[in-house]
Amino acid sequence: MSGSNVPQPLIEARNLTMRFGGVTAIANVDLSVAEGELRCLIGPNGAGKSTFFKMLTGQVMPSEGEILFRGTRINGFEPHDIARLGIGIKTQVPNVFDGLTVRENLWIAASRRNRGKATERAVARELERLELGSIADRLVGQLAHGQRQWIELGLVLLTEPALILLDEPAAGMTEDETVRTAKLIGIIKQSCALIVVEHDMKFIRMIASRITVFDRGRILVEGEADAVLSDQRVRDVYLGKRAA
Amino acid sequence: MAYATIVGIEVVYAIATLILVSLGLAIIFGMMRVINLAHGEFLVMGGYAATIAVHHGVNVWIAILIVPPIAVGLIGLVVERAVIRFLYGRMVETMLASWGLSLLIVGLLTTIFGSSTEGVPMPLSGFTIGAYQASGYNVFVIAFSLLTLGAVYVLLRFTRLGLLARGTMQNAAMAAALGVDTTKVYAVTFALGAALAGLAGGVLAPVAGIVPTSGGSYIGQAFITVLGGGAAALTGVTSAALLFGSVGQAATFATNPVFGSVALLLAAVVLIRILPNGITGRYFKGWL
Amino acid sequence: MKIAGIRLDLIVPGVCGLALLFGLPIFLDLFSLLQVTLYAIMAILALSLAFIWGYGGILCLGHSAFFGLGAYAYAIAVINIGESTAPFLIAILVPTLAAAAVGYFMFYGRISDVYVGVMTLTLALILFNVVNSTSGAQYHIGKAPIGGYNGLPNVPGLNVPFDPDNSLDPGDMYYLCMGLLIVVYFGLRWLLTTRFGRVAVAIRENEKRVEFIGYDSRLHKLATFTIGGGLAGLAGCLFVNWGAYVSPTTFSMMQSAQVIIWVLVGGVGTLFGPMIGAVALSWLTVEVGSQQLIDANLLFGAILLVFVLLVPRGIMPVLIDRVWGRISLPRRPVFTAPPVAAREGKR
Repeated sequence: MSGSNVPQPLIEARNLTMRFGGVTAIANVDLSVAEGELRCLIGPNGAGKSTFFKMLTGQVMPSEGEILFRGTRINGFEPHDIARLGIGIKTQVPNVFDGLTVRENLWIAASRRNRGKATERAVARELERLELGSIADRLVGQLAHGQRQWIELGLVLLTEPALILLDEPAAGMTEDETVRTAKLIGIIKQSCALIVVEHDMKFIRMIASRITVFDRGRILVEGEADAVLSDQRVRDVYLGKRAA
Repeated sequence: MAYATIVGIEVVYAIATLILVSLGLAIIFGMMRVINLAHGEFLVMGGYAATIAVHHGVNVWIAILIVPPIAVGLIGLVVERAVIRFLYGRMVETMLASWGLSLLIVGLLTTIFGSSTEGVPMPLSGFTIGAYQASGYNVFVIAFSLLTLGAVYVLLRFTRLGLLARGTMQNAAMAAALGVDTTKVYAVTFALGAALAGLAGGVLAPVAGIVPTSGGSYIGQAFITVLGGGAAALTGVTSAALLFGSVGQAATFATNPVFGSVALLLAAVVLIRILPNGITGRYFKGWL
Repeated sequence: MKIAGIRLDLIVPGVCGLALLFGLPIFLDLFSLLQVTLYAIMAILALSLAFIWGYGGILCLGHSAFFGLGAYAYAIAVINIGESTAPFLIAILVPTLAAAAVGYFMFYGRISDVYVGVMTLTLALILFNVVNSTSGAQYHIGKAPIGGYNGLPNVPGLNVPFDPDNSLDPGDMYYLCMGLLIVVYFGLRWLLTTRFGRVAVAIRENEKRVEFIGYDSRLHKLATFTIGGGLAGLAGCLFVNWGAYVSPTTFSMMQSAQVIIWVLVGGVGTLFGPMIGAVALSWLTVEVGSQQLIDANLLFGAILLVFVLLVPRGIMPVLIDRVWGRISLPRRPVFTAPPVAAREGKR
């Protein structure tokens, strides 16, 4: 497919299409993200971003097209198989273990790759990185929204994925929390690739990167942050005008 | 040829009873997402209502077709107000509570009626096909099941009550905002399901002996049918009854009733593996 | 994990268990000891469901299916074989395999937990109907008739392994059942500290996240369910030995309901509570059975209804709250029933 000089993308969607009954949520999307890249996905509600994530993580089967992860076709793989290949996801509504403590939450994730004492060490490292040490033995269900978001991020990071999907990581966060999350993403970026879905333009400028704009299940534009955010079509889409 | 006709009637009868026995459960599950484990006892109470009515000299047709649905429908109304309404949206708790109710009703029935078998005289005589004897009542049950199915369809599809009920089940908050008394709709729907269970108990009273514990012999089939059918109550029950009734009856003819029920279970287990959301989870989407 | 309290919660039940194991035979007459043996068997049955429901989050409403399979597998095997070592193992193996088979269809079909409840309940119902209606002489497995509603009387008891002439007397049975109860309790406690056990609990909390982390939730649920099925079978096997008799009631709805009630009353999400529930309510069953005034169904129906509506967490957690104030151990809230829409929308 690709020329021999071009490095193989980390993840590549080819002609990806998803139909629910008569509704086409995603139509012929081609998208590829390189190793270590940080990519933002933006677009109005219903543009197909969440469906796209669901396909990448094996929660729904694409109607057409294929998804390649490091050259392996992963459509139809079970979610846990995809996770084991190295794709982690932080969902929009935190998916954490509410009835367990922060430490126990992280332990579950850490023991995917570690055994015995190494698990405990990994948990301790993560608690430190996320600055959650002081609430390590609290039940996650009792914590604030922002803290639960970070814990979920910790769960994802502990599985040491090559690609992390973040679905609106700053949603519902305070100004301070948003800044801290952006900083965290900066740190995570050094070790793996990220695809971030976000509505908050300020946040996107903070983590400035390549941006892909979805509209009505298709890719509208793709490019560097400044160019895309000043694109008239993108503004129209967000203001509710139909793109030409 | 005569034998084939007899077999045909038996198969259709099996399908018809499955529909009849499952319909009330399916309405309550399909519309309200409530799995009523006391469904079998609702049927049994329908049977007892019919027997009591017959003992009091009521015409046998009225006793089996009119009295049971009214009596059990009213009981259903009380049950919904007293227990079920506190547990909407919590399926597991609802199941457990209705199981408690089921045991409670068995206990009450045993206390009141003792554990001797009650029955209702057969109101129709048999007829012959060639050298074989066929039950006229079985033919009646087949016709009556279809009639009931049609009546429920008309009720849900074309009446104001049906529209309100379907609207409320789709989106209770929106229905309430539009001025629908959703509490009333839930209560009436549950009572309707209970009444249908009572009716089934009444209709089957002449063919099955009634003891307080006989609910257990119905609910296995009813659950399988409703589960296999999926969310759409009427289409689901009908299609699942067609499938399971034929499989079960075919196995019964090939071996005996014991293996017939085993075949039914196996068919259900395999179906649930292939179609986890039941037949209407994949096909007939948007049907009633 | 090296807080004194942690070790205390191992030592206290351990000491109590051993004290009961060796103390009761000194103080109790043979009749009472027989009763205690029955309670121990029921406590094992309660633990099997407490594990899969309370920790695995798998709602098994037809647990009597595995209890009955264990009972019948032992009875039929021992009548055929004579020496009880193999039948004992068969009695655990058959329900284990049955649970694995049914579990495969349920969990790999990814049906929701409510459907799992209905499915297991139906399994028990149909097994009951099948066993109950196979009374003729044509229904037999090897030398053993199935017996239909009459059940199988005079089932030979356990003997010392590989020594058929040396059968266990009621005293030995007491030590066996009580000993096994202690082993099962601590075995499950240990299992819950392993990675497998913790992932099982995590699935109860949030199955999706477990999969995103990369664990196969279907496989874990299947294993949890299979272990529970095997333990219920063990209880069934011991139960046949206790009474030298097996009847279809081992498969009955009432039997399934009882186990659910024990666990619910004792506390879903604990191991100790369901054991207490099993003992207390088994005692109550015996008491109710000896009088004519209140029907057992009536009583247990009322208990189930009252607990679901008023004390859904069960006695144990409520007691712990009262005694120690806030609970320090993570405990599940109340059941795991996310809104209907959330689970319907899945796949």
